[in-house]
Amino acid sequence: MKGMIGLGVQITARRQVVCAKLTGDIDHHSARQMRCEIDIAVKENDATELILDFSAVTFMDSSGIGLVMGRYKLMNERQGRLIIAKTPGYISRVMRIAGLNRLAKIVEEYELPPEEAQEVVKVETTN
Amino acid sequence: MKRPINEMKVVFPSLSENERFARIAVSGFLSFIDPKVDELADIKTAVSEAVTNCIVHGYHDTVGKIEMSVRVFEDNTVRIRISDKGCGIENIEQAMQPLFTTKPDEDRAGLGFAVMESFMDKIKVTSKEGKGTAVTLEKKVAVRSCQ
Repeated sequence: MKGMIGLGVQITARRQVVCAKLTGDIDHHSARQMRCEIDIAVKENDATELILDFSAVTFMDSSGIGLVMGRYKLMNERQGRLIIAKTPGYISRVMRIAGLNRLAKIVEEYELPPEEAQEVVKVETTN
Repeated sequence: MKRPINEMKVVFPSLSENERFARIAVSGFLSFIDPKVDELADIKTAVSEAVTNCIVHGYHDTVGKIEMSVRVFEDNTVRIRISDKGCGIENIEQAMQPLFTTKPDEDRAGLGFAVMESFMDKIKVTSKEGKGTAVTLEKKVAVRSCQ
């Protein structure tokens, strides 16, 4: 039944920018795998910028806040930056409780660096 | 309070897969009162927090039973009780403090109770060390009428 309920993270890496598009529900169960995928991509691509795209997230509880805070710490250690993008209205409310807007820039739109020959696209579906 | 107009109870093991089940069970059950999308999202989030607490803290790495009962009263008040027979909470006041967590290494934000408090109208926590914890959440949802 893999992929049936659309849980997962889709990673696009260009130069040192990693974009993680999160899909489905973010809870304690799904966050574990998402965290793992993102951290591997950040390290493999020696990322200086991590974009978390929430446009396809259907639900999020405080586990999602933990996920963002943990990635903030990771990028901070690497002297990189974290960007939160395309948060649906309901998810912004959960984020406001934690004041995540103070940790990361929240944007409506973002642009990735232009495609290059060595572009790495990794699609992972977890459940 | 008066007798509920509808009620349900489910018991399931404390597997993290069941966090999703608990949310879907609540929203499926509440569909007869046709809550607003926002209200339902609030309730689902609070339920997800409470069930996650049972799994992560109540039972740690063991598997035990979680019971969730939902009652709906005539004025559209929804009362949800989520309980476990896990380790219990030593200091409820401290556990409910925003950002307090016993598991920072697992990226737990320590905001479970803060989310429950801000998304629901009322929250009551009772706990006995070694016996378990029960969280009662209450929210009055808007009554929809076609008149």
